[in-house]
Amino acid sequence: MAALRPAGDFDRSYEQDMAVIRRPWQWAALATGLLVVLTTPLWGNAYLVSTANRIFYTIIAVQGLNILTGYTGQISLGQAAFMLVGGYASALATIHLGLPFPLAILVAGLSAGVVGLIFGLPSLRVKGFYLAMATLAAQFIIPWLSRHIFPAYLGGSAGRIAVPVPVILGVTFSEVNQYFYLSLAVLIATTVLVLNISRSRLGRALVSIRDNDLAAELLGVNLFQYKLRAFFIASFLAGVAGALRAHSQRGIGTEFGYGLQESIILLGMLVIGGLGNNLGPFLGVTTVILLEDLAGLTGQTMASLFPAQAPRFLTSFRPIFFGLVLMLFLIFEPRGLAHRWQLLKAAWRLRPFAR
Amino acid sequence: MNWQLVPQQFVTGLLNGGIIAIIALGIVLIYRSSEVFNFAHGQLVMLGAYLTWWFAGANEDGKELFNLPLWAAIPLAIAVMAVVGLIIERLALRPMTGQPLLAIVLMTLGLSQLLSGSVAIVFGIEPKNNFPAPFSPSDVITIPFPLAFNDTIIIKQSLLATFIVAILAAILFMLFFRLTRTGLAMRATSEDHELARSVGINVPRVFGLSWGIAGIIATVGGVLLATVTGVNLSLATVALVAFPAILLGGLESFPGAIVGGLLVGLAAALVQASSVQAVRNASEIAPYVLLLIVLLIRPEGLFGEKRIERV
Repeated sequence: MAALRPAGDFDRSYEQDMAVIRRPWQWAALATGLLVVLTTPLWGNAYLVSTANRIFYTIIAVQGLNILTGYTGQISLGQAAFMLVGGYASALATIHLGLPFPLAILVAGLSAGVVGLIFGLPSLRVKGFYLAMATLAAQFIIPWLSRHIFPAYLGGSAGRIAVPVPVILGVTFSEVNQYFYLSLAVLIATTVLVLNISRSRLGRALVSIRDNDLAAELLGVNLFQYKLRAFFIASFLAGVAGALRAHSQRGIGTEFGYGLQESIILLGMLVIGGLGNNLGPFLGVTTVILLEDLAGLTGQTMASLFPAQAPRFLTSFRPIFFGLVLMLFLIFEPRGLAHRWQLLKAAWRLRPFAR
Repeated sequence: MNWQLVPQQFVTGLLNGGIIAIIALGIVLIYRSSEVFNFAHGQLVMLGAYLTWWFAGANEDGKELFNLPLWAAIPLAIAVMAVVGLIIERLALRPMTGQPLLAIVLMTLGLSQLLSGSVAIVFGIEPKNNFPAPFSPSDVITIPFPLAFNDTIIIKQSLLATFIVAILAAILFMLFFRLTRTGLAMRATSEDHELARSVGINVPRVFGLSWGIAGIIATVGGVLLATVTGVNLSLATVALVAFPAILLGGLESFPGAIVGGLLVGLAAALVQASSVQAVRNASEIAPYVLLLIVLLIRPEGLFGEKRIERV
């Protein structure tokens, strides 16, 4: 039905030819869909809004990882640790320096970026597995430092400090309904940033490093400099995501997670969504977070069925579900959900001729 | 430095390093035969320890399925883990043959999540302190040593025994790779898959075999680790220090894995001999700081092959 157009209605550009949305009613459907999502706080319950909020800031962290792993091909097992750095930076900037929130978020990104640069330094000499090792070291060293240095500021062995709610121009973002829009606004900003990076000179240089670093170097891409840039961007976005998370959870520290497992999950989200595709983080994060909630629900059901064994069921289904889905994706759809979406798009465009 | 503590910490670190070495050996084995970095090895170590504990009938609710003595429980656990290794290779790694490094690393990471979740569900999340260790932690040997604190070095019997077993096992595995046909086939495969195939080695079978053997090594490491720390879910994280060890030793080298393991154990222990509280606290991250230093100075490790890329 729908995708068919009247005779003589031709495409004049490649974008038009590739487009999914071509008819007025399709635009209307898109607008309605967007409106429904954007007004979630008006009709959704607290659970839905806070899940959406969680999805938004996690997407930002995975977008950073996408630049580093998806585009540049450098494996990072330390993204959660850089989120921790960002969260702390933003918290300290608002508490002790009294910076306004938009500035604090920038400070968070920059400080996480600088820490990322430090751990990215070995990336000139090593790659692949070795780089995974360097970032694994970051994932152990950074949380340890947060528990052992400057206990008056970082919370010491308690592993947490309280973080104030953000205030922007006199508006207090204390409710999750308000916070939803804050995270969404930052997400839109980072998405624009990431889209621009991926289609600029920088993005093409990063892709060339991923595909063949020797060839890239011969073409004049300064490997060290561009790898460090990728590290900086990835850690910057992790820092921004960490700041958003810290303020929405009203606390930051190792008590809130930020461990190796979270870094693994962030990497898994990227793969499930689709490496090196700007749609990937959105699809992957949404899928995995919903999957985790499903796992939590399964755990609670099992716990209520077998109350004697409750503790083991409450926490164990999340890694099982995640690990299993990640492995199945790697075997059956290594290009991730973004690739599925491409196939679906092509089929829809060619309807009814596609099979 | 608190010099009086150094001799004691040196001995303890060396003995701890034996366990790290045997865990590292398992990772190097997989890497050498199939070029897979097995991030799930820590979980295999943990699973091996849990299985041994379970077969030894130490279940807390008194409804033991098995009630075997330790000498029977360990071989049984080893047998089960060898099968687990074979199954993992067949179901998870074989479909990944020829995939990029990132995909394979992620596969083992996914596997590690799956395994740790499954262990928690099957065996429960409470730490098991009743691992039937042959030595109690209070059994110690004291050696007089004039420079040390109180003029003695105290060695826990459990630690000494695990060290001896670890080194024996390591030598056994190295002899296996030097002297047996299977071992030689595995080394040949690690050099060149096509060449190995052309001289009649069944390469997929070697991959499977190396995972089976890795399961065995992991169980040995798990039992040794459990003798010292008890059985709990953090065993997998403890086993992660084997990664700094193999990088230090060089990825491809079996002796390197052992030397690296010992050095990492030493580093973590010697840090505790410092007179500064902050440095003493750094014991748990010392292996990772060491790892960063190795990466910056000598990425190929002490015994590894320097990679030269040709276009």
